Amino acid sequence: MNRQRSSKAAAFRPAHELRSRDFEPGFVLTEVATSRYYKTGDWRSKRPVWDNNRCIQCGLCYIYCPDMAVRRRPDGFFEANLDYCKGCGICAQECFTKCIEMVDER
Amino acid sequence: MIEIRFHGRGGQGAVTSAEVLAHAAIHEGRYAQAIPSFGPERRGAPVAAFARMDGEEIRLRTNIYQPDYVIVLDPSLLGLPAVRAGLKPGGVIVANTPADEAEARRILGDYQGRLALVDATSIAFQILGRPITNTAMLGAFARVSGTPQLESFVEPLLERFGRVADRNIEALKAAYEQTKVFEGSGVPAGA
Amino acid sequence: MNSTRKTIPIPPGHRRVGIEDSHAAALAVKQCNVDVVAAYPITPQTHIVERLAEMVANGELDAEFVPVESEHSAMTVCVGAEAAGARTFTCTSSQGLILMSEIVYITSAMRLPCVMILANRSLSGPLSIWCDHSDVMSIRDCGWIQTFAENGQEVYDLVFHAYRVAEMPEVLTPVILNVDGFYLTHVVESVLTAEQELIDRYLPPYRPRVSLHPDRPVTMGAYGVPELFTEAKKNQDEALKATYPFILKAWEEWGDLTGRYYHPVETYRAEGAQVLLLTMGSIGQTAMVAVDRMRDAGVPVGLVKLRLWRPFPFEELRRAVSGAEHLVVLDRAVSYGGPGGPVASEVRAALYGQPGAPVVHNFIVGLAGRDVAVEDLATIVQKSLTRKKPPRQEDYILYGARE
Repeated sequence: MNRQRSSKAAAFRPAHELRSRDFEPGFVLTEVATSRYYKTGDWRSKRPVWDNNRCIQCGLCYIYCPDMAVRRRPDGFFEANLDYCKGCGICAQECFTKCIEMVDER
Repeated sequence: MIEIRFHGRGGQGAVTSAEVLAHAAIHEGRYAQAIPSFGPERRGAPVAAFARMDGEEIRLRTNIYQPDYVIVLDPSLLGLPAVRAGLKPGGVIVANTPADEAEARRILGDYQGRLALVDATSIAFQILGRPITNTAMLGAFARVSGTPQLESFVEPLLERFGRVADRNIEALKAAYEQTKVFEGSGVPAGA
Repeated sequence: MNSTRKTIPIPPGHRRVGIEDSHAAALAVKQCNVDVVAAYPITPQTHIVERLAEMVANGELDAEFVPVESEHSAMTVCVGAEAAGARTFTCTSSQGLILMSEIVYITSAMRLPCVMILANRSLSGPLSIWCDHSDVMSIRDCGWIQTFAENGQEVYDLVFHAYRVAEMPEVLTPVILNVDGFYLTHVVESVLTAEQELIDRYLPPYRPRVSLHPDRPVTMGAYGVPELFTEAKKNQDEALKATYPFILKAWEEWGDLTGRYYHPVETYRAEGAQVLLLTMGSIGQTAMVAVDRMRDAGVPVGLVKLRLWRPFPFEELRRAVSGAEHLVVLDRAVSYGGPGGPVASEVRAALYGQPGAPVVHNFIVGLAGRDVAVEDLATIVQKSLTRKKPPRQEDYILYGARE
């Protein structure tokens, strides 16, 4: 994937540090997916845990996660990306076999 | 600079007359300007259109208050005070009417000035089959003003009217031939 | 009658045609080889977009004509297309402009070099289709470059200037060309049109700095939190002010190619004038005739014509009016309950505290196409010269209003 280079690409910085000269004309952001830097995983108070004996690999948890924080492992089962999982519990709610349990974060 | 004011009813082509006149003058290498008077566009409502011609660049960009020529496309408008308002001394009223000189002058409020008359409605009916008198009245105007030349109207008419251009050119020429010019008893002013 | 009017010879690379100003505008847009036209019809802009639609339909112009369902969509389509690297055009008036105004502000913040012709028409109510400047004044602060044409030749010429300036890499700012409704759009007059070869020498193809493409993802139109919003707006404000020398440069380039030079502020017989009229838009044409007649009658009057409205030419304006005792500003819009005419209030701001500045008089004229005749201008000058007390900063007269 090619990135469009500009003469003064602003590195991702907190908003309150940006100066007026730091903006691209039109406030274009040439670095995409900067939301990656915002790790919302530390928001959660519960975390999803899969029982892979009951998981049928239907992928509903992956589809329903609003944060794209459920990923498929090479063995075909699913896990949460703990950097971003906010513990909302939708995956557990939608799971077809109810094999996901929301456990307290210690 | 010559200022011409057209009076017609919506749908009779007064605006088109002014435009064709402007094109004809520009075709001859002069400057011209055509302005419609802008009102809610409705068939049958009285409309005015304005045209200016000059050998130099025209900068005045207003309605025409003191025309050198007033062209009346519809006989029913002849009696309106707006028609003769502001006519310059020595100016000409060019009217579409079946009336004779005496009757026309009476309808025009005992008008004593220069007058050009033609029954453009009959010409239009004969040649175009409809009472659209705008091109005929351009012929009448050309006859009394002497400018633009009749020939200068041909190309603008061809461009503007396409398939029906030939008949409109015929109407133009017929009106040119049939227009009668009457000098008035008013004091003529330099045009 | 003593007059400084001249007969203009036909310069090389031009033809002289009789053409309706709207069609001249459409021709110019076509000669700019735009890629996308998106517009919604509204009197008195209709002849411009109808002609463009015709040109696209018959193959004269290779462009996408998008017949959108509203002016809001028209501007949106232009923003999207321009962001993808297309050269776009839109056109509107009055109510259409305020309907699209949400996106108008966004276009300039996004620094997309769109070009719009605004056929100036009054804002309702009462409902009006006729010419005045209330529409453009409603978006005064939108961040676009704004220019005014006075006659058919300028309508034609300034379209090319709009694209040239907008797309300069140092500018990348959208441009509104103001064209008085009916007084310009619907008038047939003599215009010098340029051959395509000349236009191609003036206007290079559009090369966007950045554009939307799946292979090179970027984000445009992002959200701005309070922590950075002020800095973002400072960035935009400085950028608009910095366009000024490039606007002039683009006019200079046009002049070198065609012999027709344009300036942010132009004057007519202003030397030694005790009184200056100031106009914006097509009234300037009639005002020149009025100045000639008044000069013939011994009144030492001249004319200042504002061609560039944004960024406002403060220095040029001060220079143009210095030496006059009275400056009579004609506005075609009113800021109700405020300082009167927008042009007058900005002129007053420019002259505030300047030693030797003229007394500024403000007359509101020509609302909703009310004709402003030469006699009216003479009356206005007389009224200004014979005032018993000098006007205050907020004084203005709605000329000719029957009470």
